[in-house]
Amino acid sequence: MDISEFIKKIEAEVEELTPGTLKPETAFRNLPEWSSMHALIIIALVDMEYDVTITGDDLRKCTTINDIYNFVKSKK
Amino acid sequence: MALFSIPHIKLSGISACVPKKSESNLDYDWITEQERALLIKTTGIENRRIAAANLTTSDFCYAAAEKLIDELKWRKEEIEIIIFVSQSPDYLLPATAIILQDRLNLPKTALAFDISLGCSGFIYGLSTIASLMTNAKIKKGLLLTGDVSSSSLNSKDKSTYPLFGDAGTATALEYDENAAPMFFNLQSDGAGYKTIIITDGGTRQQLTPESYIDVEIEKGIVRSRKNLVLDGLEVFNFSLREVGPNIKELLHSNSTEIENYDYFVFHQANKLMNETIRKKLKIEPEKVPYSLNKYGNTSSASIPLTIVSELSEKITNSTTHFLLSGFGVGLSWGSVALNATNLICPPVIEL
Repeated sequence: MDISEFIKKIEAEVEELTPGTLKPETAFRNLPEWSSMHALIIIALVDMEYDVTITGDDLRKCTTINDIYNFVKSKK
Repeated sequence: MALFSIPHIKLSGISACVPKKSESNLDYDWITEQERALLIKTTGIENRRIAAANLTTSDFCYAAAEKLIDELKWRKEEIEIIIFVSQSPDYLLPATAIILQDRLNLPKTALAFDISLGCSGFIYGLSTIASLMTNAKIKKGLLLTGDVSSSSLNSKDKSTYPLFGDAGTATALEYDENAAPMFFNLQSDGAGYKTIIITDGGTRQQLTPESYIDVEIEKGIVRSRKNLVLDGLEVFNFSLREVGPNIKELLHSNSTEIENYDYFVFHQANKLMNETIRKKLKIEPEKVPYSLNKYGNTSSASIPLTIVSELSEKITNSTTHFLLSGFGVGLSWGSVALNATNLICPPVIEL
């Protein structure tokens, strides 16, 4: 897996985001489109695509998209 | 491991009763229009039924039970067990099932008691009533499940209010030597007890004037300590982690495969969650019905309500192989594999 592929997958699931909006350094909670529902969408996506479980606590420790990516990668 | 089978019990009928009053999440103006659209898309929940202030769970279950007894043409004196599964009983005591024994004019030879479970309650209730009936050779029994969750929700809590609806159901079971066995896999994890909880009003934290005070937890989440708390992320995680393996173990134990089942009826809490479980188990979408858009999360009523509202026309006059799975508050979860032949399912009634 690489981060650009990871970002493409998130952007495909989160329809509210214009493709190209997300960067590895994006602090996702600061996005105007961000809502708690997106956390569920990301957890479901990671579970399906990478078979990795992200808990609420894991996600709270992440600030940027890169943080989530690194977490998933470390669990692979 | 709580993996076991129960012989000689036939599922004869299911009925469901919901409140007349419907609320739409399109009108839930505590959150923005964009949030409403995303909530409906993600959870699948658009409409919910809300009980009138004077009606309780047992009123809905009573109406569902009377309708079902009538459709089945049962003689009430043959019904000798009644179990009520709910987290919104009429009183702290006595148990609501006992009040319903009298209200339904069931004989005094009937045994009656309550079970305090929510999302997993239909599966647990079915295992309990079926075990007692098969051991005691009780001819006919009623399992009543449901909740009036609206009574414990705060309309200023976006993390709970738009998710839950009210409903009561009745399920009829009969002793039948020829019935195929039901296979269960039941599990619990009390470490997650705070994930879905009402903190005040029991004996651990009794009601005080402070229990009624609304507090802002975060933006969009305002509630008191007598309101329901739901940690959506944790429930989501728990369900993705536990439900698939629970079902796989069950299929392994009774030597069946996904293809052997006609329908997989899951507890209705969140469409994205159930769809993720469905895809991971490689179940075809047409085998997984949803009533979420009509009724929301109806707690222990969700599985029987979904069968009645989504499948009743497809399953009468045939044998249907069901896999049913409930998961949530407790944390508690369980699945059952069972057959239903010529199941009587009158249309959903309103009260």
